[in-house]
Amino acid sequence: MRLALFGGILVACTCAIAGTFVVLRGLAFVGDALAHGVLPGIATALLLGFSGILGAAVGAAVMMGGVSIVTRKFRLSGDTAIGLLFVGMLSLGVVITSRSTSFVGDLARILFGELLGITTTDVAWQFTALVIVGVIAFVSRRPFLLLSVDDGLARTSGFSARLFHNVMLTMVAITVIASFQTVGTLLVLGMLIAPAATGSLFARRIESMMLIAALVGSLSTYIGLLISYHYDLAAGASIVLTAVVIFAISATANEIRKSRSHSHHDHEHPHVHGEIHV
Amino acid sequence: MSSIHASSLAVGYGKRPVVDNISLNLQPGELLVLIGTNGSGKSTLLKTLAGLIEPMDGTLTLLGSAPGQLPTQVAYLPQHPVSSHTLPLCVQDVVAMGRFAHLGLFKRSNDADRAIVLDSMKRTGIDSQANDPIRDLSGGQQQRTHLAQVLARRAEVLLLDEPTAGLDLNGRKAVAELIATERARGVTVVLATHELADAESANVVMLLAQRVVSLGTPTEALRDEFLRECFGFTQPH
Repeated sequence: MRLALFGGILVACTCAIAGTFVVLRGLAFVGDALAHGVLPGIATALLLGFSGILGAAVGAAVMMGGVSIVTRKFRLSGDTAIGLLFVGMLSLGVVITSRSTSFVGDLARILFGELLGITTTDVAWQFTALVIVGVIAFVSRRPFLLLSVDDGLARTSGFSARLFHNVMLTMVAITVIASFQTVGTLLVLGMLIAPAATGSLFARRIESMMLIAALVGSLSTYIGLLISYHYDLAAGASIVLTAVVIFAISATANEIRKSRSHSHHDHEHPHVHGEIHV
Repeated sequence: MSSIHASSLAVGYGKRPVVDNISLNLQPGELLVLIGTNGSGKSTLLKTLAGLIEPMDGTLTLLGSAPGQLPTQVAYLPQHPVSSHTLPLCVQDVVAMGRFAHLGLFKRSNDADRAIVLDSMKRTGIDSQANDPIRDLSGGQQQRTHLAQVLARRAEVLLLDEPTAGLDLNGRKAVAELIATERARGVTVVLATHELADAESANVVMLLAQRVVSLGTPTEALRDEFLRECFGFTQPH
């Protein structure tokens, strides 16, 4: 249980870093596609007796390369290219797993994770991923920030938008690959988005958004594991559901706070209604 | 050396040029004002100057280099800068992004960078909101923030696409003063606008209507026949 908690917190911290940029740059759909795109890679690797992580890495590389090629060569919009590859890769994964009856358990583990069954090796992988993702985010923080505002701003500031977009995707892919053992490929997206989205409600700086995301993710892991233990529920799903509930409560509280602050402001300054434009 | 030199330049998207046969030569401290209706090619020309679009034909250099090659010396303000509602950034962080071209990936910002950021915010009158989240500001305040970001680049060429959009009368005056101050220190400015009044202090005015209708001093370029051709009306005398 302690190992599960430790592993879950490492996932939360990794997802907080990558998820912050996923939310800022609007890459949720790409993140979703990557999370599902790794499925055929993992399935093939397990079928052939290789490491699932290796298969996930190959699946993510195919997905990222495919999106890039379809977008550039066939002049399709990014979301169409992602959608096509997303369903294609997911279907391929299901086709591969459907060839073997012994795969049913493995498929559930790939999709929903097995946090309570993680080993020290899994935790070591997760820690390595956290360090790599942290280094990528630190080194690329400036182009990532510019890209979050506008591709053109990044380019006119001397940074290659394509290069750093791909670096960002690689960072997301590493997060997905390393996290699938614990929360699964379906649920990792929840850990990428929900805590970071909660952070974006309150933060005024990227660093504080990441910190809030890490705290929310870690708290969700703790609460989710407790719920899972006491009520015999799926651990990964309980964690992600907790993170989403925390976001919903935070967003509601934030809206109430804002409306109270506005009504207070209007009461104090009843004649001020914004700038007068000429 | 010219700040901006274009010869038989064609700009556009895909295979069809939006404007072609553009030739001009701007010296340090000069102001070029691009005037035209929506879709006339102003923004396309500015994006080409900024290096965001490849020139379709002809030659174009900024400070002796191809467009997009000198990010520390050329700053660009797009027509509708993105101030995403989800970005958890305060004003000073957005303005500080103007220093990223100088800092690259690894250089740490120092006191001089911070002084430039503060000065840029003061010049656009947004310094009192330095710690406010940009997503909570009005459109005019966001525009001032983006202008401050462009000033923080300390560039030698400023490419401004409708910088007064969303600003009140005071804001418009402040932008005109900013441009005058920048020119006084040798900065070349290219300004795209709908406002004929913005052309008064220009060295060169280019009237665009998916082609170069006129090019010259304000008096030469804004003659009635050119304005009628471009807008369908003339200035009141």
